[in-house]
Amino acid sequence: MVTEYTTIREIAGPLVLLDRVDHATYEELVEVELAGGEQRRGKVLEVDHDRVLIQIFEGTRGVDIAKTSVRFLGRGLELAVSPDMLGRIFNGLGAPIDDGPRLIAEKKIDINGNPINPYARVYPKEFIQTGISAIDGLNTLVRGQKLPIFSAFGLPHSELAAQIARQATVLGAGESFAIVFAAMGITFEEANYFIRDFQETGAMERVVLFINLANDPTIERIATPRAALTAAEYLAFERGMHVLVIMTDMTNYCEALREVSVARKEIPGRRGYPGYLYTDLATIYERAGLLKGAKKGEVQQGSITQIPVLSMPDDDKTHPIPDLTGYITEGQIILDRSLNRSGVYPPIAVLPSLSRLKQKGIGACKTREDHADLSNQLFGAYARGVQAKELAVILGEAALSDSDKAFVAFADAFEARFIQQGQHEDRSIERTLEIGWELVALLPRSELKRIKDTYVEKYLPREGDV
Amino acid sequence: MSTGRIVKVSGPLIVAEGMHEAKMFEVARVSEKHLIGEIIELHGSEAYIQVYEDTSGLGPGEIVESTGMSLSIELGPGLLQSIYDGIQRPLDVVYAKAGHYITRGINVPGLDHARRWEFTPKAGLKAGEPIGPGDLLGEIRETELIVHRVLVPPTVGGGTLVRAPERGAYAIEDTIAEIETPNGTAKVALMHRWPVRTPRPIVKKLVPQKPLVTGQRVIDALFPISQGGTACVPGPFGAGKTVIQHQLAKWSDAQIIVYIGCGERGNEMTDVLQEFPELTDPATGRPLMERTVLIANTSNMPVAAREASVYTGITIAEYFRDMGYDVAVMADSTSRWAEAMREMSGRLEEMPGEEGYPAYLPSRIAEFYERSGRAICLGSEGRTGTLSVIGAVSPPGGDLSDPVVQATLKVVKVFWSLEDQLAFERHFPAISWLTSYSLYHDALRDHFHAEVAEDWGRVRTETMELLQKEAELKELVRLVGVDALSPQDRVVLETTKMIREDFLHQSAFDAEDAYTRLDKQYRMLKAILDLHRRSIEAVGKRCPVRKLLELPVRERISRMRYIAEKDLAQFDTIAKDIEEQLAGCLKESRTGEE
Repeated sequence: MVTEYTTIREIAGPLVLLDRVDHATYEELVEVELAGGEQRRGKVLEVDHDRVLIQIFEGTRGVDIAKTSVRFLGRGLELAVSPDMLGRIFNGLGAPIDDGPRLIAEKKIDINGNPINPYARVYPKEFIQTGISAIDGLNTLVRGQKLPIFSAFGLPHSELAAQIARQATVLGAGESFAIVFAAMGITFEEANYFIRDFQETGAMERVVLFINLANDPTIERIATPRAALTAAEYLAFERGMHVLVIMTDMTNYCEALREVSVARKEIPGRRGYPGYLYTDLATIYERAGLLKGAKKGEVQQGSITQIPVLSMPDDDKTHPIPDLTGYITEGQIILDRSLNRSGVYPPIAVLPSLSRLKQKGIGACKTREDHADLSNQLFGAYARGVQAKELAVILGEAALSDSDKAFVAFADAFEARFIQQGQHEDRSIERTLEIGWELVALLPRSELKRIKDTYVEKYLPREGDV
Repeated sequence: MSTGRIVKVSGPLIVAEGMHEAKMFEVARVSEKHLIGEIIELHGSEAYIQVYEDTSGLGPGEIVESTGMSLSIELGPGLLQSIYDGIQRPLDVVYAKAGHYITRGINVPGLDHARRWEFTPKAGLKAGEPIGPGDLLGEIRETELIVHRVLVPPTVGGGTLVRAPERGAYAIEDTIAEIETPNGTAKVALMHRWPVRTPRPIVKKLVPQKPLVTGQRVIDALFPISQGGTACVPGPFGAGKTVIQHQLAKWSDAQIIVYIGCGERGNEMTDVLQEFPELTDPATGRPLMERTVLIANTSNMPVAAREASVYTGITIAEYFRDMGYDVAVMADSTSRWAEAMREMSGRLEEMPGEEGYPAYLPSRIAEFYERSGRAICLGSEGRTGTLSVIGAVSPPGGDLSDPVVQATLKVVKVFWSLEDQLAFERHFPAISWLTSYSLYHDALRDHFHAEVAEDWGRVRTETMELLQKEAELKELVRLVGVDALSPQDRVVLETTKMIREDFLHQSAFDAEDAYTRLDKQYRMLKAILDLHRRSIEAVGKRCPVRKLLELPVRERISRMRYIAEKDLAQFDTIAKDIEEQLAGCLKESRTGEE
């Protein structure tokens, strides 16, 4: 039974308050018909006796109190899924917007998903080679991880995300993969950059795109990552694919959430963002990982690896959006403005970056036995070099001790040779480690405390080798 | 018990009317799906209910039934090795029933009601004897590691034992004994229920005496926590809170571990689940899982159940404490718990306190930590048990002025402050030696002196003084350069570098380094301080600092973390090396002068 209501009582921001509703349920999907016949969609945010608060995805411009009618559909927002989604473009709510043929849905899935039982997960430990030394060598990505890129205006996060999408491979595996791309409030040009890149590399037929551009309805953004992850879950866990999900820009998503929260006059948490921002973000980021297979000890075919991109307002890592994200995701790749200014690509600030799943994704049989020790040494030495450089700024180079000078030289070489690489340069993990060894060779042998002696013997280039 | 109808749904909060007999904190079943909720506010016949499951699809008119019980969990054999969600639903059973995802309305008991346990009654227990709460009835070997002591539950009053327990195999609901009390005959089973928000009774609290040995050098040597103590680990993300909690869960010498993953990452809980059965207890060689109970309410699971998870965890811990065990609770992270409170408070439209947190936040936090302690448990035996609580706090941006951090620091005695600068340098554990503190030094001094070394306290003080001095000297170096320092001060800098790199830095992932026994910790520090004392003497006799840096013994000191526990005699040769090499150094510089 579908009833139409024309009992709108209030309209404020993206919200509509409806009176005298017989039966509505929380999170229910509604269809709104404007006086001119235009159709919009919304969802129920609160039911209080016979009053219902609705959030309209496309915004309330043109909605009036007298003539607009609202229909309750008796279900939540769903995404029609099928294997034919690959290669197609959808809007932020999951409706196709390209000129392709009509999609025949295999089934419809509620975009909110259900939480994965932690007992049903398998701990991710399969190394993904991105071909980028600063990631592979130091902040390693593994299959099933959620590793965001913390960026800021004017930094090449799109280039980096596209490069990862292009190059990401698992050592020694030839399985089917897909990319799900969710754009939230980014510009046409940015979105087009990705689409063109996918087309040029021939990856387009493996990509599902959900596009909500800067000029698309703001509130629609709240549904976009959920629609994208629903598609990803379907492809990964029902079709057995390894899915890489790129979501950009999460900051726009959070701002949409804040807009609704403010319109509801909720008590704000930090910087006006709602108090439930952490919980809300978690329901997005936690939709990644690997699942147990049917038999004991088996892993179910398929995985979801997430690379959300977010821009830090004012380059501030302690802003609520990067802060809460960092508490949920398994590490972060932080881009740095000063590295970018000095022409280093990718400008990854390796010290504050982190991959929490690295420990179990590297080592013998995965990358190489010396990987963990070497990366520890590189971290330690680079940190010391950076500190010595700061000291040199105050006191002058001359005031540095000999060993400090060696570390300064190391830090410069590290930025120029290890971090720096081309946008289309795909380095193997062996090459990355090799460069690492060449760099630690610049340091006195006695400083290599974090590497086991046997590895030093085996891998340190002898003089004359370099 | 009463039945009402939903009138309002707002996220995890629903309002039902017609709930005339409802009581505060009573559990209610919501809608046909029987979702679990708890009544948190009453206005006339309207009850405000926080629902522990997703509420989408609920609407006015649906039925709500109160159950007459407050939120309780099942306590009895079978708790160990379990993994529960925030309201004690075993996640492995949920997985078997519902598959990969947690769907709504799943109703599973916390304990296995069919399994039969081999029960051995306490010797000499006869009908007709007086018996009271906490008295021992018998034992069950729950795991190879842990004997489950079956006690008269505190819910049963004192009286006379009319039916003594007998040896046999029982399911947890079978009656094993009967007690004649003033209120009638009470049947005692292996299992009983306990409301999670009520602390379990004890006879009285005692002051802590023994350290909780963690094998983590920076903790045991510099900032120890006692058994029955409380500690808090605040830090920004990526500083290593979770790794520290995992290390403590693995290596601390508590007999029972309750690990609460409250609003944290799913994969981290999986890591614990997969790793603990493979790790063995250093003392017994049995899998660590045999002494562990896990509570996992990850960040994407319903927020109200997150609020309940810390209470579920600490109630289980108290249950084992009552048996006389040393229990440790790790709560990661209490900030998520506080945020869950904030979210519910916002939905109730309460007047907010600081940062939107409810005004009762500090008192809730204090109540939680106060459930810790060393205590004489109920029962005629006078058993003592301890319950230690270690809470991680995740303040926004690592800012320690956060209300959750401040409220926690008010009640805990140990503060391990994590610093992101240390984490960037991959110095782990990233516990700052300058800002952390422990208030248990005095209480634990006697124990350390008796069990480890007479001069433990002095060694610790000396180490802390050196580290403090280093901070001052570094300020100076920043202004005038290292060359302007006196040779003595340069020796101090070299020594503190050794303390930091060779003692405080500890790898959680290296088999030998992950755990260090107290006596080895002492020998390590002692070696560094010996070298320091001799070096200061040497530069006093005009031995150049450069010479001291070339001493081969420094290399040995940097590798001493890998000395096996059985080879502690190697420290004697290190001491000998120090003596000989410094003597050599002095002799050389004297010859040089002549």
